[in-house]
Amino acid sequence: MAVQSDGWSWFLPLAAGVSLFKCLFINAYRSTDFEVHRNWLAITHSLPVSSWYHENTSEWTLDYPPLFAWFEFGLSKVAQHFDKNMLLVENLNYASPETVMFQRLSVIFTDLVFIFAVRECSRCVQVQKVSRDILDQPSFVLSVLLLWNFGLFVVDHIHFQYNGFLFGFLLLSVAKHLQSEHLQGALLFSILLNLKHIYLYVAPAYGVYLLRDYCFTRDVKDGSIGWRSFSLLRLLVLGGIVVSVFTLSVGPFLGQLPQVLSRLFPFKRGLCHAYWAPNIWALYNILDKVLVVLGVRLKLLQEAELPRASMTGGLVQEFQHSVLPSISPATTLFCTLLSILPAVVSIWRRPRGARGFLRCLLLCALGSFMFGWHVHEKAVLLVILPLSILAVESREDAGIFLLLSTTGHYSLFPLLHTPAGELLIKVCLMLMFTTFSFTALRRLHRGKGSLLRPLEVFYLLGLVAVAIACEVVFPLSPWKHRLPFLPLLVTSVYCSVGVCYSFLRLYLSLPADSVKM
Amino acid sequence: MQTWSLVSICVLLGVVVRWGVSLNSYSGAQKPPMFGDYEAQRHWQEVTYNLPVQEWYFNNTDNDLNYWGLDYPPLTAYHSWICAYIAKIINPEWVELHRSRGYESPAHKLFMRTTVLVADVLIYIPAVVLYCLYLADGSSKKKVSTLFCFLLYPGLILIDHGHFQYNGVSLGFALWGVLALGLGWDALGSMAFSLALNYKQMELYHALPFFCYLLGKCVKDGLMGRGLFLLVRIAATVLATFALCWLPFLSDPSQALQVVRRIFPVGRGLFEDKVANTWCSLNTLIKIRSILSGDFQLYLSFALTILAVLPSSIRLLTKPTFWNFKLALVNSSLAFFLFSYQVHEKSILLVALPICLLLNDLPFTSAWFLQASTFSMLPLFLKDGLLVPYAVTSAAFLLLSICLLSVLDHCSEEEMELCTYKKLLFCHPKMDLACIVRWKFYISIAAMAGLSILSVALEPPRHLPDLFPVLVSTIAFLHFLGTFIHFNILQFSKLPSRKRQKKNN
Repeated sequence: MAVQSDGWSWFLPLAAGVSLFKCLFINAYRSTDFEVHRNWLAITHSLPVSSWYHENTSEWTLDYPPLFAWFEFGLSKVAQHFDKNMLLVENLNYASPETVMFQRLSVIFTDLVFIFAVRECSRCVQVQKVSRDILDQPSFVLSVLLLWNFGLFVVDHIHFQYNGFLFGFLLLSVAKHLQSEHLQGALLFSILLNLKHIYLYVAPAYGVYLLRDYCFTRDVKDGSIGWRSFSLLRLLVLGGIVVSVFTLSVGPFLGQLPQVLSRLFPFKRGLCHAYWAPNIWALYNILDKVLVVLGVRLKLLQEAELPRASMTGGLVQEFQHSVLPSISPATTLFCTLLSILPAVVSIWRRPRGARGFLRCLLLCALGSFMFGWHVHEKAVLLVILPLSILAVESREDAGIFLLLSTTGHYSLFPLLHTPAGELLIKVCLMLMFTTFSFTALRRLHRGKGSLLRPLEVFYLLGLVAVAIACEVVFPLSPWKHRLPFLPLLVTSVYCSVGVCYSFLRLYLSLPADSVKM
Repeated sequence: MQTWSLVSICVLLGVVVRWGVSLNSYSGAQKPPMFGDYEAQRHWQEVTYNLPVQEWYFNNTDNDLNYWGLDYPPLTAYHSWICAYIAKIINPEWVELHRSRGYESPAHKLFMRTTVLVADVLIYIPAVVLYCLYLADGSSKKKVSTLFCFLLYPGLILIDHGHFQYNGVSLGFALWGVLALGLGWDALGSMAFSLALNYKQMELYHALPFFCYLLGKCVKDGLMGRGLFLLVRIAATVLATFALCWLPFLSDPSQALQVVRRIFPVGRGLFEDKVANTWCSLNTLIKIRSILSGDFQLYLSFALTILAVLPSSIRLLTKPTFWNFKLALVNSSLAFFLFSYQVHEKSILLVALPICLLLNDLPFTSAWFLQASTFSMLPLFLKDGLLVPYAVTSAAFLLLSICLLSVLDHCSEEEMELCTYKKLLFCHPKMDLACIVRWKFYISIAAMAGLSILSVALEPPRHLPDLFPVLVSTIAFLHFLGTFIHFNILQFSKLPSRKRQKKNN
């Protein structure tokens, strides 16, 4: 190819290509999230600020922080030129062609933030050796892994969400930290927290790292804290930035703060989504079910005494476990904090620069995914995307990335559940991404043995078998009507094993991380 | 190992892009009473499944030939029969005689789109992959880049998976024929091409080069020895293939005659709708359709077509090399497109395929032509509601050709045989023709993009309701005429020595 390996001439065509590709799927399947965002456009456009968080004509009430509401308000100003009718709150499930076009294009357009962030991240990647071949360049591989990420593409441009825009802020913030621009990183993260509060998952990493690495200006020789070098000025500047962003965002809603908080943190929902996210609770649930079945068979339990509520019912509802103790939100919070404690303590005691912070961020995100309350399987992207940065630099991380990304991406398959229509798209895109990630990462880290252990390869091949069973065999089998949630169950449980294993591997890589400043 | 992973990524991308385009509308969607090509294909499934073979091409109460009567050769009918058989298993309502007319549903659309994709994946895509890997020269990176551009050529994707047709099958068979001839398997190549001919009669555009190349090869091998043996083998293969395809119709001569009458309708006029060929463009200046009589139009177009196709065919006959064969495919199909009778705008795909074969050797001219060919079908796409896929795939193809194939680096004087032009036009020898050509390219792309936007954004003036389709077809015609002249010059010019060594086989 005539693209130069020393310049960045390949970046713009790559970004332009993926943007054009996204436009092809404007008419593909949309989930209810489409109506959610249309409703928010209507609410922010037609109603005064004081009723944004009180409005509940539609079941999809506003449950993102205020800055996102302002973002939707800005979008609605453009939307009125496409189709004024989408901005009427009463028009539930309104989906004219202009509405679809506008919403889809808005996602593609706001992805520019993500594209910019990817460029910044690729610039921070360390280059081991200079090569003419473009596939040998870590920055090229990283750009493709991020720009053409299967999970992000499928969730944003088919299922419909604005994750590209949000992840742009996250990756930009990480890139700024990698470039030692800590204040800018903090500013971007504060803005991000006020756009979507799910990023609270990684707030501990930010808080501890910034306190430790930025506020303590000097380290003692062995890397431990130099208590005397605490800089109050830096702490105040940092605090000032965070507080001012929060004030700007929450300020207009100060009077309705309890209502806003109740919308943002709806703990009435169950431990798991209707489709269990592949975390530890999925394994907990299946263990409970197995024990129930065993108990009934061995006559240890009376079937009549068991609670009727089913965990695999289609609705999101509270349920109780039958044999094992029930899990409450407090329990999950406790488990989450326990799981991320070692990582946080590790960067407090010995921060290994921005890459150590990135590793801690990943562990916080994955820990929260594993043990959190009502986790959505889309949250696995919070781990996969930043992990790509580490994957192009270190062999160990590349192995973890291959395992986690393949498992995590496969766990997103049930999101596109229309029969046959989107099956081809998700299978082809998944194969494309997997082929590229395996080939490119193998090539980048060649010469030092294989990236995956035999057991992991066996697990991934099993994933293929599960995929064929769930997508092809099951719909044609007689059990389709008796046990409609069986493929979801199998997918969820099988992927949980992979995700839990990756969590352990990522933790094990913590002390072994080589010193990189 | 790595080439194969890149190739599989290419193929997967090609498949996903095709499926993405097929999410859009098709020809004649929700437009009773006649609908469009989609309904025609569905109707052929209905006819071939429910009626016996003898009645497929005849007009009777069960088979109204005025409502999308079968007008393709038997292989299309057999393909429709296979699709109908599967359709019947899934939902019999789709092919019920008479009652399924105008049947439209999301599930049915999914089924029809799947049949096109399956045909593409089984026939067209493997041929493209094998051609790019084994018959295109250059580094493996160059082969993969060529494969990308070949698979993502917008015109074929938009017509097959958007408008709805099965060109991938006939073009695929023709490509297998070219592939076989390139590898020296002449009998297999002729069999593949015969299958293509029996799928769509428009493949006759490519028939003359196949004939001249094989005949020339036989003559070169000596008509008294090996050449005769080869000739007999090829003739026998062709006859056997034709016999096999027409078997049900050979029992009764009237049957065969009726099929021929259906597939060559000489009752229609010189051209229909706006098409970027000589007659339609001439018609904007002089109304030849009304001036000349119907028979005279037929003879005139016949004569001019023969005249246009003669030079390249004779050249191929005398010098039967593979390079000449590829050039002759371009020249012959372009001559037929420009001067023949009852040409449809979709027939440009028959020219686009041989041009795609030259993406590796002449990237600049090929990519430019392919862009223009997609543009020439713009009015059709607008009628079918395919604006977004058209814009996206054309822009993507332009991006791919500039970045992957780096076409702008390949418009040097030597590569484009511009010295011949210099002699013909008596230009100053120091004039930088390459720079002029590059600027012509920029202006052309700008004009095509601008006219596309105008066609959508503006309403045509009331006294010129066809303004935009006419402008589109005239501009496209100028591009095609220029390509025709250029490739004829190429066929007769001496190759630079580097290429000459590779092309003579």
